[in-house]
Amino acid sequence: MSVMDSERQVTAAGAAADLRVRRLTKNFAGHVAVNDLSFAVERGSFFSILGPSGCGKTTLLRMIAGFIEPDGGDILIGARSMREVAPNRRPVNMIFQQLALFPMMSVGENVEFGLARRNVPKAERVRRSHEMLERVGLAGAASKRVDELSGGQRQRVAIARSLVLEPTLLLLDEPLGALDLKLREHMKIELKQLQAAFGTTFVYITHDQSEALVLSSHVGVMNRGRFEQVGTPQELYYSPATAFVASFVGANNRVAGRLTQRSGAVATIETSEGWRVHARTSGAIATGSSVEAFIRPEAAHLERDASSLPEEHAKHVGVVESLLFDGANSAVLLREQSSRLPFRVALPQTGRLADLKVGERVHFSFDPSRAICFAAADG
Amino acid sequence: MANTLALPLPRAWTPRLILTLLLAPALLWLVALIVLPHMQLALLSFRERVAPHEYEPSLGQYQTFFAEPLYWQVFVRTAVLSVTATALTLLVAFPIAWVITKVARGRASSLLFAICLIPFWVSETVRALGWLILLRESGVLPALLVKLGLTAMPPELLYHDATILTGLVYTSLLFMVVPLVSSLESLDNSLVEAAYDLGASGLAILRHIVIPHAAPGITAGCIVVFMLCLGNYLTPNLLGGKNSQWFTELIYTQFIVRFNWEQGAAFGFLLLGLSTAIVALGLRMSGQRFVDVMRRS
Amino acid sequence: MIASLPRPAWLRAATALYVAAFLVFLFAPLLIVAVFAFNNASYPAPPWRGFTLDWFLGSPTSGRAGLFHDTQLLGSLWTSLIVAIWVTLLSVTVGTANSFLMERYRFRGKQLLSILMLIPLVIPGVILGISILSLSSRVAELLDDLLGLDLDFLRPGLPLVVVGQFSYIATIATLMISARLKRFDLTLEEAALNLGASHAAVLRTITLPYLRPALIGSAAISFLMSFENFNTTLMLVGSDAPLTVMMYGRMREGASPVLNAVSLFLMLASALLALSLMRGGPRTSAGRPGPAST
Repeated sequence: MSVMDSERQVTAAGAAADLRVRRLTKNFAGHVAVNDLSFAVERGSFFSILGPSGCGKTTLLRMIAGFIEPDGGDILIGARSMREVAPNRRPVNMIFQQLALFPMMSVGENVEFGLARRNVPKAERVRRSHEMLERVGLAGAASKRVDELSGGQRQRVAIARSLVLEPTLLLLDEPLGALDLKLREHMKIELKQLQAAFGTTFVYITHDQSEALVLSSHVGVMNRGRFEQVGTPQELYYSPATAFVASFVGANNRVAGRLTQRSGAVATIETSEGWRVHARTSGAIATGSSVEAFIRPEAAHLERDASSLPEEHAKHVGVVESLLFDGANSAVLLREQSSRLPFRVALPQTGRLADLKVGERVHFSFDPSRAICFAAADG
Repeated sequence: MANTLALPLPRAWTPRLILTLLLAPALLWLVALIVLPHMQLALLSFRERVAPHEYEPSLGQYQTFFAEPLYWQVFVRTAVLSVTATALTLLVAFPIAWVITKVARGRASSLLFAICLIPFWVSETVRALGWLILLRESGVLPALLVKLGLTAMPPELLYHDATILTGLVYTSLLFMVVPLVSSLESLDNSLVEAAYDLGASGLAILRHIVIPHAAPGITAGCIVVFMLCLGNYLTPNLLGGKNSQWFTELIYTQFIVRFNWEQGAAFGFLLLGLSTAIVALGLRMSGQRFVDVMRRS
Repeated sequence: MIASLPRPAWLRAATALYVAAFLVFLFAPLLIVAVFAFNNASYPAPPWRGFTLDWFLGSPTSGRAGLFHDTQLLGSLWTSLIVAIWVTLLSVTVGTANSFLMERYRFRGKQLLSILMLIPLVIPGVILGISILSLSSRVAELLDDLLGLDLDFLRPGLPLVVVGQFSYIATIATLMISARLKRFDLTLEEAALNLGASHAAVLRTITLPYLRPALIGSAAISFLMSFENFNTTLMLVGSDAPLTVMMYGRMREGASPVLNAVSLFLMLASALLALSLMRGGPRTSAGRPGPAST
């Protein structure tokens, strides 16, 4: 992906970019953490950088904040190059992973801290911090101690402490990572609403794909120091650009095999066990080469009776291996009959088929245009 | 003592017996070696010999202390110099603790820390000998000063208050560096980064983030160092010579040289009182508990 | 400024300079002591008059009695060793008992006892010395008056020195061993009991092996602190002076390079002790000297 391409993708709407990263590179002792990376983030958007741990996302974020010096490339914030700009002179504030609230100060003092450093008079400081606390729903909490707050309130204080300085860009380093599941779900929504209310550009890093999908207007999927794909959550989910994105974003069935035949956009893939599936191809793939096909669990139809499946798609037979009941996200794990390969199918939300039993024989099919195959990575 | 086991431990051996067995050495140690000796010392200090083997309760020993300017002047001098030495030790140790915890990384950091601890594996007597050879008139430093042409005659660098302070700072460094390092180690770097990110200058970070965070370590270090300086005998005595006038020397003189144990005991209690008072003051000022501070140091 | 924040060049230079000066301050006295153990002069002072091993090996007949022929110094070294062994044994044993007592049991007065255990650290060593001296004399007097007993060990001498040093070193050993016992995962003991081990077997095979680094560490520290103790010892010493007191006496008379020689010997011994501890277990509580009183 060229520099221009990736920038265009993100700023397609033509809005001004608050952050531009150009050919950014960082090595640590022979290991490339960030590799020739370029992208831009549109003003007012919620941009997530999604990737597994060790993919370089934290390094990238800390370079934007200025805590790590890049080896090469440039970072522009609001059209101004950040080379030679000290971290505390950048129009950027950061929400740290553990939030880094100052335990030796009250909530109000935490929010006032940055203003005090700018020599804003006390009265003005108090007024603005109160106003900000009110906007994040913590009116009256100014005199509380930091450790008296709940996890959610602490996060709001951290955001208030940064936003009171009116930064161009707010960087968030997995602030939800340390929270338990229930609170995390709640904070996700709250974070999205806060961003919408303030309109500040957020750059958010996470390894949790559901956080990235729920929160973001755009997501960059990062792997080994590069972006595999930059796009809206819908684009990543429905048209992954690489096998990595397909397997990392959302649940997916992966079927590895050889491309034996193609007709138009649809290819036939045969596994080493002899199971054949159909999927559309991504990019040019020669017949006979190794490929990986991905089929979303919810793309497949499941029936007890083969005749109830749509006629136009190839039909497969499986045996129920386990039932994964999870309310609206319930699924069933099958073994395809001939190859014994595992295959996951989402259960209809109507509750139909809720009475499936382990060991039962079922029929399934999927639309090849909703399945996608990529040339297999070497090795 | 009534006992409830914290754990479902030995049921076959009666827990009460084990508790008694464990309590015995602790009580023996604390009662026989700490509590009773100090009670005896207190008794000594509050009596006066009226005839051989005849004593009367009296405050005479303490009256002597206040009546004799030499005594209380030495007392005040010891306290003031100890406070000064403590402050100097903090000033010298803080930057090194900062470098160890926040500037140097990985191996360099632990190496530097280990190096800082090395001298304290060596006896204070040996270290005092080193300073003697370095500083006395015929010593290394005066010879160096003459060689560099800074002075015509080798100066006598021993027997000044500054010499005593140098020696005290030197012996005390470890007891300041260790608590400082452990309290700075627990300071999350992201707090410093966050403060910096919010626009704080180095000085503001030090004042608003670092010092409040390190306060327990600073207090612990200062308390321990102060006590060590106050109770030191060897360093002031050897480096200060006749001019040292350290309060512990008065105690030694009364006890061992003059055999006036009553007076020596009173001096001992005055020193203990001063030490306790300053420790209590330090704890109160920083709002900490004695037990926590001692565990930390 | 921390490593991840930009530091201007002058600050880097100042930091490096400070660290260098600090290290010089730290090591100059020790280096000087070591160097002058080899100076061919009868007084440890500049100028350098050539290398000699006289201060180690010299025989008394040559006029330069070296360390290995100085029976007085060697005797005091031996005395220190004996005292230190006793203090170590007592401190580690009592320290271990105290740790189990404080970490595993609840009893009335525990709070008071835990504070009392820390008290020895805040009492100046000189006062520990004189208080034990006055109590032991009082007891000796009483026994003499009432029973006609004359107990030698209650008079200033090595037994009192051992007891005096133990009185505060026991606190240090207790703190070091407790710190490790506190972190012990009790489920290990439960698992062993569950697997059929007796309580004695659990103690022997699980708990004590776990405590081993702390036991070794506290033993080393106790030994070192006893060996180096001066203040308490000075008040309780009788006719057999341990090394520190002997060295102090000689330093007051005027130094001889034999003192440098014995100092160098001590440094090497300490270094050996420290190294073997660090090899045994880096990052255990044994790696550094604990808190010390006087």
